[in-house]
Amino acid sequence: MSEPRTLLQIDHVSKNFGRVTAVDGISLDIRENEFFALLGPSGCGKTTLLRMLAGFETPNDGRILLDGRDIARTPPNKRPVNLMFQSYALFPHMSVRANVSYGLEMERLPAAEIRERVDAILATTELVPFADRKPEQLSGGQKQRVALARALVKRPRLLLLDEPLGALDKKLRGAMQLELKRLQHEVGITFVIVTHDQEESLVMADRMAVLKDGKLLQCDTPHAVYEYPADRFVADFIGVMNFVPGKATADGVLAANGARIAGKLPATLSPGATAVASVRPERIRLFPKAQTANRISGTVEALAYQGLDLQLHVRTPLSPKPFLVRVTADAADRRPVSAGDTIELGWDAADVRIFKD
Amino acid sequence: MAPALAWLTALMVVPCALVLALAFFRRGTYGGIEYTFTLENFGLVFDPLYAGIFLNSARIAGTATLIAVIIGYAAAYAIAAAPRRLQPVLLFFAVLPFWSNYLIRTYAWIVLLNREGLVTQLLRWFGYTGEPPSMLYTEGAVIAGLVYNYLPFVILACYAPLSRLNPELAEASRDLGASVVTTFRRVILPLTVPGIAAGAVFVFVLSIGNFVTPALLGGGRFQMIGNLVYDQFLTANDWPFGAALAMALIAIMLLVLMAQAIATDRASGHAAEARSNVDG
Amino acid sequence: MLPKREATSMAERSPATRRALWLVLSLVFAFLYIPIAVLVALSFNEGGLPTAWSGFSLKWYVSLTGNSEILSAALNTLIVALISTAIATLLGTLLAIGIEMRRQYGKGLEALIFAPMIIPDIVLAIALLSFFSMLNLTMGLHTIILAHVVFNLAFVCSVVRARLKSFDWSIVEASADLGASALTTFRRVTLPVILPAVIAGALLAFTLSVDEFIIAFFTAGAGRASTTLPMQIYAMIRFGITPEINALATIVMAVSITALTLSQRFNRGIIGQ
Repeated sequence: MSEPRTLLQIDHVSKNFGRVTAVDGISLDIRENEFFALLGPSGCGKTTLLRMLAGFETPNDGRILLDGRDIARTPPNKRPVNLMFQSYALFPHMSVRANVSYGLEMERLPAAEIRERVDAILATTELVPFADRKPEQLSGGQKQRVALARALVKRPRLLLLDEPLGALDKKLRGAMQLELKRLQHEVGITFVIVTHDQEESLVMADRMAVLKDGKLLQCDTPHAVYEYPADRFVADFIGVMNFVPGKATADGVLAANGARIAGKLPATLSPGATAVASVRPERIRLFPKAQTANRISGTVEALAYQGLDLQLHVRTPLSPKPFLVRVTADAADRRPVSAGDTIELGWDAADVRIFKD
Repeated sequence: MAPALAWLTALMVVPCALVLALAFFRRGTYGGIEYTFTLENFGLVFDPLYAGIFLNSARIAGTATLIAVIIGYAAAYAIAAAPRRLQPVLLFFAVLPFWSNYLIRTYAWIVLLNREGLVTQLLRWFGYTGEPPSMLYTEGAVIAGLVYNYLPFVILACYAPLSRLNPELAEASRDLGASVVTTFRRVILPLTVPGIAAGAVFVFVLSIGNFVTPALLGGGRFQMIGNLVYDQFLTANDWPFGAALAMALIAIMLLVLMAQAIATDRASGHAAEARSNVDG
Repeated sequence: MLPKREATSMAERSPATRRALWLVLSLVFAFLYIPIAVLVALSFNEGGLPTAWSGFSLKWYVSLTGNSEILSAALNTLIVALISTAIATLLGTLLAIGIEMRRQYGKGLEALIFAPMIIPDIVLAIALLSFFSMLNLTMGLHTIILAHVVFNLAFVCSVVRARLKSFDWSIVEASADLGASALTTFRRVTLPVILPAVIAGALLAFTLSVDEFIIAFFTAGAGRASTTLPMQIYAMIRFGITPEINALATIVMAVSITALTLSQRFNRGIIGQ
């Protein structure tokens, strides 16, 4: 396969509101046809970045290149970019059909073509039965689909989605995640989604960018971000992580209680520096083999069944917080554990990530 | 935005500033204005003759306010206690007369209170044979006219906080052993003070500056500040003194508004609590 | 936000309390409506006097149509109300949008907009009289219009602002995002959504202007040419009551009450959230 083409280039873009810097020198490339997620806690600058892509904010510095052309100062109504608003922003006085046609009418297309394209997108988004309803007569999920259809019908080069699933309940959200993936595949348009929900971006995105305080921390595939977080913040923000604070040594971390955690030291850390060793809950095994690199015993404080998994809170001398361990229900059935038991935990050196603390 | 603000500035702010300035000038010998600075117009406001009119106005306006607030609060309470779907209708009809012409509403009272008016007819019908009672052109007639004209606003103002009141508060008070009267006095009344204050301020401010009602129902016998201002401008031709009187009127209005702000401020603490209990 | 449960309504109260509350309501409504009802009834009274009912007649209405003073006053009122309402609706709506879009409510600005609604009429009236005479402006219908726009625009602005408080500004951005210019967005999105409030505000302004007496009285200038209907009514009440006034009062009340009822309709029929 040929190298995917870059569609959008965000080049050292900064934006400040008065003394507050919302976006601080971010550079990112977004590729043709990918599903890209901008992820971060609230106030990290992801929404400001999105609004700059849509044209509602102008960067103080840097360039935004779409197909190689700088659009940073192009007004929103002149960009081949559309935004799906968090509140959906449906026009309350127009029917579903009128909402969807609106953008094409702005392009002054012939009526017949507008009709054809609107019919097609209503069919794709399964909105045909609701075409003549007003927004107030729709459910949350239907409103969301109208907002999506209204943006997609313009066939933008880039579709921006601002927390698209935020207003839906949990069950509907799961279904809509898959629905969005399917639609994106079907229409072949590049999607950029803003979310604060790390699970959502892991599920949906082809690639994701993690932002904090207006800065880009990491940009990679969900798998790479999960398995090889760039720093302690990313490791903590994405998924669940157990941390053991201590000092860096040549072959791992020396915990406060004198225990050694074996793992590969990153090039940026030198022995003696304050460091934190980390391991994912699902990488920890109960009753490890004798040759396992890292072993520690602890007391089971609490157990929680979560369908397929069993989650354990195990108090160990390694860290002030109990260790989170996830084992399959199968494994738990083979050797049952209960609260109060003293058990041994173990994990491989290859599963340990070490960060500056 | 700009054209609207310009309009307000040119035709409200500037004229009002002009009146303020006017109050510091001397009256010319043959009417007109002599442009020399003086404070005597304000001195004249406190002259016993005029101060008396001020006090008289305040008394009439105060009485009208008190009566309007009592009747209006009772009506608002009854509306708020009516079935929910009836409330908007009742409220609408309570406020409707307020939007018909003020002069006509005042005139209606002349018809009622005239020597041979409806009230006299009614008394006759009940067998009264004496002289028709003189009701028109009395202080009572002026007060009745003011109450009648401004009552709808008091109902509206009192209804707002009453309808927002969490019914569980009254129930909690009863549950804790308070009587109906104590519950009203210690729970309901304090929480609805902002509405009462807004209604009272409205009636008082509009009454004390009124000149139509005293002129028509008082027959000119009961001078209020509004009439005094009117006379200075249209009959006595002493504009500087009229301006000083108008400024005194504005001063009274600002004082009353300040009192309202304080009353509302004190009460709003309670009210916020009362509502947050509902949210929680 | 508000108590979801129905407030302790009359149904849950004791019969005695319920009767007392209905009694209060009946008395208050009687107090509010009897004086008006008497006027309306008298306007159809053949004899025209409150002393005796001498039969139903429309003769006072007919005689109104022959009264040229009243007709010209009515025409003047209509001119003043229509023009001042048109100007006030335009300026007041733009002001409301300007304030709510920027979300800057300085205290001074708030006071400036609130002032025309609270200043005693007599004060604004003498202020404008002083102002116009200082400018040596010949007073007439045009000065009444200038004056009426002052309070009308404040009322329109407050009605439209109330609607804009619940306005979702993201639909304006959505329109731009879909390719609409600022003007198209105003015409096709903003205006249609706030239109009920704009109409309600305009009807309210019209009612206020039709009924306004004191400011018109002071800013009309000398001469009969610019007499408005309320001025005519005031003169009729003060200097000799003729039964015609009952008919005139009934018509004026009908007009303002219709306008207000329509205004309420529009304001309640607001679309969407």
